[in-house]
Amino acid sequence: MNVLETTGGGVIRGLAYLGGLTIQGWMGLRATPRVLPLVGKRGRWQAALRQMAAIGVDALPMVAIMSVCTGFILAMQAGAELRRFGALKYVMDTVAIGFTRELGPLLTAFVVSGRSGSAFSAEIGTMVVTSEIDALRTMAIDPIEFVLAPKYLAAMITIPCLSIMSNAFGILAGAGFMFITTNIRLPMYLRYVANSIELRDVFTGLLKSLVFAIIIVNVGCLEGFRTRGGPDAVGRSATSAVVWSTFFVILADVFFTAVFYLVRKG
Amino acid sequence: MADPAISVESLTVQYGDHRVLDGVSLNIEAGEVMALLGGSGSGKTTMLRHIIGLERPTSGTVRVRGVDINRCSPKELRDIRRTMGVAFQECALFNAMSIEENVALPLHELTDLADPVVEIMTYMKLAAVGLGQAGKQMPQELSGGMKKRAAVARATALDPEIMVFDEPSAGLDPIVAAGLDEVILILKRAFHMTILVVTHELASAFRVADRVAMLYKGSLIAVDTKDKFQASTHPRIRQFLDRVPDPIESTAVQDRFRELAGMAGGRK
Repeated sequence: MNVLETTGGGVIRGLAYLGGLTIQGWMGLRATPRVLPLVGKRGRWQAALRQMAAIGVDALPMVAIMSVCTGFILAMQAGAELRRFGALKYVMDTVAIGFTRELGPLLTAFVVSGRSGSAFSAEIGTMVVTSEIDALRTMAIDPIEFVLAPKYLAAMITIPCLSIMSNAFGILAGAGFMFITTNIRLPMYLRYVANSIELRDVFTGLLKSLVFAIIIVNVGCLEGFRTRGGPDAVGRSATSAVVWSTFFVILADVFFTAVFYLVRKG
Repeated sequence: MADPAISVESLTVQYGDHRVLDGVSLNIEAGEVMALLGGSGSGKTTMLRHIIGLERPTSGTVRVRGVDINRCSPKELRDIRRTMGVAFQECALFNAMSIEENVALPLHELTDLADPVVEIMTYMKLAAVGLGQAGKQMPQELSGGMKKRAAVARATALDPEIMVFDEPSAGLDPIVAAGLDEVILILKRAFHMTILVVTHELASAFRVADRVAMLYKGSLIAVDTKDKFQASTHPRIRQFLDRVPDPIESTAVQDRFRELAGMAGGRK
């Protein structure tokens, strides 16, 4: 009976969490147009701009360093194997396609989840424990529109942009490797990369990064809104935000990669 | 006869097996100041959170200006909330905004007033609570009393008909607390607001209130004018007014002492 109760309780909590994510996600997306300039509420656009700086501009150095390192690692690992078959030139394909389809969006999502997902959760969690969210509600101001929607818009714009930057840095790291090992110069490398990537690869990568943006903001904000207790609860929420958003990003990545694989195969 | 500004009927709130409020009924008439008294854990804050619509009750109704806030449409609830101001115990000022930005927030969000008008109104609201010069400061730069007054300025930004104060004097020295009482009285006299003050500070309650209600273990044990309340012979009210502590459950405590003494003796 205890096992049944524990399992049932876990399933109910899990479903409630997914339900919360779905409802909040839908309400957030519905509120996002009210953040747009000209048609939205005054002041909201500036809040979204501040979020863009925090999510995008401030994360760029970290995304750049991680992408260069990962690009170089990928090139070296692929190079070590492909050299044995005399196919070193395929390192360029591996790096270019690997980054545009997969690594660029995924690395960006990990960086943003660690930096901004936890920050969203801590910010909103603190607002909950200090009654600021209650104050918004009693002032007839929708916390979803006021707090979440600017983050949504900012993330949906900046995370795909960061992914493109990540792709660029990763591919350039591959160029560095190819120059050191085979003396291929950058213009030739870029021509080869341009030939190997299809527009579809870029599109699927951007679509993934858009979904990752929604997941990171949604999970971070939900963890914040669910905070109960004192400052220690805020810390726990921030940790949960990173753990769960990373988990859901990986799940979404598996799903989309499988779908795109099947579509290509078909 | 006109509807009461706030009407609570048979309000029951239960969390699991714990009943926090047990069939509480209370009417607050338009223009009066009601002080809701009670010891720690008596259910004051729970009742306040239900009156301002932050929680849904297990059963019972809460009507504000005749509208049942738990069964009305979201638009009706928004309209009701625009006529209510709430000053929270923790002040709930937005730490990322200056004091004047805090006060201007409801004006920017809920009205179409031009920016210069909002600026003038913000200054007037801050000046009314004695913070005319503190607008540019951040909440963390203010003292406890100044934060409370800033929270009142923000809560009154839209000229609400009803004001709710949660423990306005908590943590303040007597002089600052008296200053805040004065602000409440000004709101009543100058703006004819209906005011609910949730507190356990007797001096403050008797200074500002027209009537006093007292909660004890989730039930209302008194709703009276402050003179009649002070003359009450109800044992719990007398204990509260005369500051008599609850007797310690001596048997259990003594048993535990004996047990601990036995453990200490055993270590020798």
